[in-house]
Amino acid sequence: MHRILSKTPLSPNVTRLDVLAPRIAQIRLPGQFVIVRRGEGAERIPLTIADANPDAGSIALVIQAVGKSTRELTALEPGEAITDIAGPLGHATELVASGRALCIGGGVGTAVVHPIAQGLHARGVPVLSIIGGRSREWVIFESELRRLGQVIVCTDDGSYGRHGFVTDAARDILAQGGADVVYAVGPVPMMRAVVNLTRPLKVRTIVSLNPVMVDGTGMCGGCRVAVGNETKFACVDGPEFDGHLVDFDLLMDRLTTYREFEQQALTACEAGACKIGLA
Amino acid sequence: MQNNSKAPSVSKPTTKQRLAIDRQKMSEQDPLIRNANFEEVNLGLPEKVALLEAERCLQCRDPKCVAGCPVMVDIPRFVALLSEGDLAGAAQSMLSDNALPGVTGRVCPQETQCEVLCIRGHKGLPVAIGYLERYVGDWARGHTGQQPLVLAPPSGRKVAVVGSGPGGLTAAGELVRRGHEVTVFEALHKPGGVLVYGIPEFRLPKNIVRAEVARLEEAGVKIVCNTVIGRTYTVQELRQQFDALFIANGAGLPVFMNVPGENLKGVYSANEYLTRVNLMAAYQFPRADTPVLKGTRIATIGGGNVAMDSARTAKRLGAATSTIVYRRTRKEMPARAEEIHHAEEEGIEFEFLVAPIEVMGNEKRWVEGLKCVRMQLGEPDASGRPRPVAVPGSEFVIPCDTVVVAVGTRANPLLTATCPELKLNKHGNIIVDENGMTSLPGVFAGGDIVRGAATVILAMGDGKRAARAMDEYLRLIK
Repeated sequence: MHRILSKTPLSPNVTRLDVLAPRIAQIRLPGQFVIVRRGEGAERIPLTIADANPDAGSIALVIQAVGKSTRELTALEPGEAITDIAGPLGHATELVASGRALCIGGGVGTAVVHPIAQGLHARGVPVLSIIGGRSREWVIFESELRRLGQVIVCTDDGSYGRHGFVTDAARDILAQGGADVVYAVGPVPMMRAVVNLTRPLKVRTIVSLNPVMVDGTGMCGGCRVAVGNETKFACVDGPEFDGHLVDFDLLMDRLTTYREFEQQALTACEAGACKIGLA
Repeated sequence: MQNNSKAPSVSKPTTKQRLAIDRQKMSEQDPLIRNANFEEVNLGLPEKVALLEAERCLQCRDPKCVAGCPVMVDIPRFVALLSEGDLAGAAQSMLSDNALPGVTGRVCPQETQCEVLCIRGHKGLPVAIGYLERYVGDWARGHTGQQPLVLAPPSGRKVAVVGSGPGGLTAAGELVRRGHEVTVFEALHKPGGVLVYGIPEFRLPKNIVRAEVARLEEAGVKIVCNTVIGRTYTVQELRQQFDALFIANGAGLPVFMNVPGENLKGVYSANEYLTRVNLMAAYQFPRADTPVLKGTRIATIGGGNVAMDSARTAKRLGAATSTIVYRRTRKEMPARAEEIHHAEEEGIEFEFLVAPIEVMGNEKRWVEGLKCVRMQLGEPDASGRPRPVAVPGSEFVIPCDTVVVAVGTRANPLLTATCPELKLNKHGNIIVDENGMTSLPGVFAGGDIVRGAATVILAMGDGKRAARAMDEYLRLIK
């Protein structure tokens, strides 16, 4: 059992849970994730470790409540517990040792970019972060990233920071030759747009992929993605890959596999079948 | 043991009387009812029938059956106790040889192991050893406390077992009995390994696995779930905390066929398909949260037990047609005869001498067919089986909306990649000596991570053999 130590709403549908997981807190590296199962009957879902406090023995999970499972997780309160957390899983981020790093986070992906920026910062690599959201209230992890370097905030509606997409800001920075390596995490269309910007400039670009997973240890192969025309399992070969080689169309398509089921579960959930408040 | 026998003193039947008894049959759920539910197919024997079947055993002076058992169950002894009506004695005898009789009584291929060697089989049918094992295992489960596990005095040694599948659980049982402190690490959230994620409920009900695991826990085995060795802890870290290790983390990565279209929506590895349904209970969706695509026409590729399990699961999930596609003939199928027979009874269709060459998809990238080519058998290959050769121009399409690939697994690199000191073969499997010890002193291994894809009982045999060698090792060190 993993007790929830604190709960922080970050945006209208994104919540941060700081959860007791001492071993993982101690050894996790940037880019790694955990598999979380809330309780009996719940799904196993992969979540990137957004931050960790080895002294408190806690890890930070940042969860966007979109389906039944994520809604139930974000409905948990401090003092309640998550039954199963396994990890840390996946390879750690390939962190450069020198040069200027550009970290781009879109929506909840900003929480995934955060540990990468932490790792780079710890190595003395200057970090510039570009983060974005639909509007001001959707921007997350701004203050955490400001501790690690300069941050450019973008909002789609211009309600905060620069008006426009993160890719617009990235284009300007790249045009000035301001980045030797790019780390981009966010919705698939955003990551695809970023690699389309960096490909002609030959700027190495690492993306973190979020396909459907079950076990997270390489056993099921459900998380297969195509990278450089080779099939890879995101859980054991990734979750981060060279963005210039990733088949984003395939990733996007496979992410829709269970859409009907997700809708069905959500409908049942809204009709009162959710285990919200029963943990 | 015999002294504790509470059997009524009846005169033992003569050999002639024993020979006069016909092999008893186990009743099964009707095929056309069971193919729509997940209840167990085989219904077990009533006590009277079990005792009668036990009487068929000739109690040979030089029994052959035991040599066919990878865990060396003393078959004549437990069968004799059973035929005398001493159920507690039979259970005690069984459990001292085999920690998981409820499991092996259901999933072992007895017909190619113990029963094939049974002397009664020379003329007529062998003793139904598997049925009797299951009977005794089930009785033991219903009468816990009547077969206390006798433990050796504490040795003061600590042992870690990696993986709670059949190999790991068997080793754990053997080691705890010998007085060692045993901790089992399991990567998933439930113990049992392939017994819970792979083998379906209708062949091995999960409450049986739970009960047999619980018996080991009561004996003192500690099971820690959600711990991935190679990630949460490395082998070297475990070596610092434990006096010896047994690695039985299973096979792992599913093999795909490397044909076009394998990443279309609707293509599953058998591992994923079965894990969703078994471990995650997707057949109960939306009561369970994990979904599984319920195809109406399913093609399963492969000829082993895992292929049978997948095809039969598909039928139970409501598929109108569930077809096994296999590149050789029925004769070469590695699946147990019983599983093939059960699959046929349940309406599974078979396409023999057929190999897939492409998964075809519609404009939305959902599976809509499996393009195949007919095969003919040629010269024997490395496995000794005739090599299938494609017949030119014989391409055809099996219309389907779901494809399950059950052509095997390869070694999971999570553990071995973080322990370069472990010697591996070219397939990534751990190399062990005749005692099951790896290239690292005190680190033993068994099951699929050593053998590649094998069976539950072979993994258990490895666990038992390694546990004995580990016990010797633990008594010799320091």
